Amino acid sequence: MSATTSALPGAENPGNVALDGLAREFVAALGPAAVVTDRVQLRTYECDGLTAYRCIPGLVVLPETAEQVGYVVRRCAQSSVPFVARGAGTGLSGGALPVATGVLIVLSRLTAVRNVSVDDERVVVEPGVVNLDVSRAVAADGYFYAPDPSSQQVCTIGGNVAENSGGAHCLKYGFTAHHVTGLEVVLPDGSVSRFGGLAPDPPGYDVVGALVGSEGTLGIVTEVTVRVVAVPERVETVLAGFRSMDDAGEAVSAIVAAGVLPAAVEMMDTLSIEAAESAVACGYPAGAQAVLIVELDGPAAEVSAELAEVEAICERAGAFEIRVARDADDRVAIWRGRKSAFAAMGRISRDYIVQDGVVPRTSLPQVLRDIALLSAESGIRVANVFHAGDGNLHPLVLFDSTRGETAAAEAVSERILELCIEHGGSITGEHGVGNDKKKHMGRMFTEVDLDVMQLVRCAFDPQSLCNPGKVFPTPRLCGERPGRRTGVHPVQAAGLGEVF
Amino acid sequence: MPSEGAWDERHPPPTELLDDCVHCGFCLPTCPTYVLWGEEMDSPRGRIYLMAEGHDGEPLSEPMVTHFDRCLGCMACVTACPSGVQYDRLIEATRAQVERRFPRSARERALRSLVFKTFPYPRRLHALRPFLRAYQKSGLRLPLPAKLTAMQRLLPPLGPASPVAELTPARGPRRARVGMLLGCVQREFFADVNAATVRVLTAEGCDVVAPSVQGCCGALSLHMGREDEAVRFAKRLIATFEPLGLDVIVVNAAGCGSAMKDYGWLLRDEAGWASRGAAFSAKVRDVSEWLVELGPGATRHALDVSVAYHDACHLAHAQRITSAPRELLRAIPGVEIREIEEAAICCGSAGVYNLLQPQAAGELGARKAANVAATGADVLVTANPGCLMQIRTALADRGIPMRLAHIVEVLDASIRRDPTLLGP
Repeated sequence: MSATTSALPGAENPGNVALDGLAREFVAALGPAAVVTDRVQLRTYECDGLTAYRCIPGLVVLPETAEQVGYVVRRCAQSSVPFVARGAGTGLSGGALPVATGVLIVLSRLTAVRNVSVDDERVVVEPGVVNLDVSRAVAADGYFYAPDPSSQQVCTIGGNVAENSGGAHCLKYGFTAHHVTGLEVVLPDGSVSRFGGLAPDPPGYDVVGALVGSEGTLGIVTEVTVRVVAVPERVETVLAGFRSMDDAGEAVSAIVAAGVLPAAVEMMDTLSIEAAESAVACGYPAGAQAVLIVELDGPAAEVSAELAEVEAICERAGAFEIRVARDADDRVAIWRGRKSAFAAMGRISRDYIVQDGVVPRTSLPQVLRDIALLSAESGIRVANVFHAGDGNLHPLVLFDSTRGETAAAEAVSERILELCIEHGGSITGEHGVGNDKKKHMGRMFTEVDLDVMQLVRCAFDPQSLCNPGKVFPTPRLCGERPGRRTGVHPVQAAGLGEVF
Repeated sequence: MPSEGAWDERHPPPTELLDDCVHCGFCLPTCPTYVLWGEEMDSPRGRIYLMAEGHDGEPLSEPMVTHFDRCLGCMACVTACPSGVQYDRLIEATRAQVERRFPRSARERALRSLVFKTFPYPRRLHALRPFLRAYQKSGLRLPLPAKLTAMQRLLPPLGPASPVAELTPARGPRRARVGMLLGCVQREFFADVNAATVRVLTAEGCDVVAPSVQGCCGALSLHMGREDEAVRFAKRLIATFEPLGLDVIVVNAAGCGSAMKDYGWLLRDEAGWASRGAAFSAKVRDVSEWLVELGPGATRHALDVSVAYHDACHLAHAQRITSAPRELLRAIPGVEIREIEEAAICCGSAGVYNLLQPQAAGELGARKAANVAATGADVLVTANPGCLMQIRTALADRGIPMRLAHIVEVLDASIRRDPTLLGP
């Protein structure tokens, strides 16, 4: 099969000679099936999981090997053409938003599991491998890959590395950063580097640490070594229905105060429950204003003791129904409701914004009350799904764009982030900054903080070609000394460089 | 931007259904073509995007049609979608528009015409049968174009024809009076499956009514966008079965069943037919679904056999029937069910897809064969003639010896205490 190429991009963008030339080169080197130039096809790549931002890429390339990725990046760098990496396109911050004059490098064909070494607790995969497929590769040996974003059956490891993805079980097991021990990366000039490996804690700078969560701005990973962990001896999942969010919140605080460290503590409010019920009929307690999912795992004896404790705490906090998963199928059924909640919003609202913010756990009840107030004042419904254990909120702002509610919804969504910052939290827990939240970075960080990050970025990508326009709120030149400036930059005035 | 979009006013893919897609991507890993090629425009999300582009002024171009044509219509995405996107309705509307409005090459037209002048006509298939059988027995292989070669290779070994009686009375007390769809391919190429279906149904206390002239259900036409033809076939089938006073109409081919359960929708614009279609659809049951609903009457004898059960897409995704066949198999003493990896991914049969897109179908078939073989089961069991042909060919290509059976053949063997199912 081949991607049909009816017109090269030069025809669509007459001024874009560089892209036109690259398209021909890529067709010659990678074959016609690896290059997309037709506009109707390019448009299917114009957005990722966040459809609010769209931009038709100049060119899409689908390499099949790490060498091909290196080649494509090298040619882009040599031609000063910007490029953006994309995996399954499930990101929720516009991190894979293409550049109109650039190349979108799609990694969905790099799907090999290169090495499985359960004795070392390591799996080596290509970036296009789906998160859940890592767990599948080691399931028979009694291991799993712990970071579990709700989109784990779709999202790819490359994207997980870029976003430092979390998930429900990160409360106990940590984020992607805690599970990546080695990376092979194509740097923005097209050279290939390897950092870390099978062994933990290599000497020198923690470059793996810098790359994880860099949102595709420091290079494109072509191989990821991840740590897998043994499946716990016993898992218990508790589903508790409460009459108020406050009661459920109280239960969470009490569980943590009791010294129990659950694998996951998830909370959903009544609107989220309604959406999940209509999507997957998950059978949550009827009439609940809030449900709590508490998962405990570990050695059997420890889990039994904790289970009794959690049940007692939920009861004291006012839970009117407590259900413990009978078996693995039942546990999957409980989680299905939670994991489908985002996408299920389509069932109860025409449009919605998935927000992602973090607050200190103790501020949760107050922030939730503030969100409810905000919702009542604006008339915009807000559903709440969140990782209660680590204060990671996912408010879903529901609206109907055909009824002119977009601006009001965006205002509510932004106000929620401000609430998070006011309470000492953060503008993103796990979805990343991408294109969507760069404007808030200035509120979270000082100029100096942002300059430090820019210097790191410029060390990797002096030409600013690698996923440009993401993460940072203000354009800045590489080589420029940090600090405030007024007027036109001297380098720019001399015609030697452009502000990015 | 071109001013005229891809769609005309006659049932374009509805924008309100397109709007249901929130672009989450949960459909990607269950889409056979995305699994093969990793391309956005060969995924359900991408195809929905293309449909929306068509409303947005993009013309019905060759690249756009290519991606619609490559969709197998397996509906795994409908099962996977958390937002309830009705991709089945969307692709059906899209295909009808493509079929009416997109000019195909002479070669494509000729192939489609050959398929649609034979497959949906049992009598024409029947007339061809002796020639095909002689051709098979001769061992000759004519040098044919790729797509016709695909057709020739998929043909199962043909035995003598064995017609089903118009009425076969229940054995023992009568529990129901059921109609039976004989099918086109099923009747001519899988006569044993129909014979087994009659035996199982009668053993379970059903009078089986099977009009010898009943025509095609229209599934193939419907799934290929030949809407008017599908409507014609549907009306004829309804008219044939309507006066027979049946409790239910049993179907042993998943693709046919899924189309027949949707006649109310298919005939929505036909004066006087919409309600007749809906009433007919309400009586349609897949044979597994019906046997579970009826409950076992006849004794099941032990079969010492391990079974890999393959979910036919039009049973699992289009009709949402996955537990009934497993329940029937589990009820047979000695039968061990083995699940197949990547069960949700289509085997590549998909109606006539393996004839029109032989390369993609071949890759999917090879993938399925590898997963089927990995179960190490004695028999592959499924509920659709298309899957049986496709998987048989794919297994044979890889030199994997495995017996294949329709689920009613397994039930029949158990009820009749006939161990030939396990034989060589």
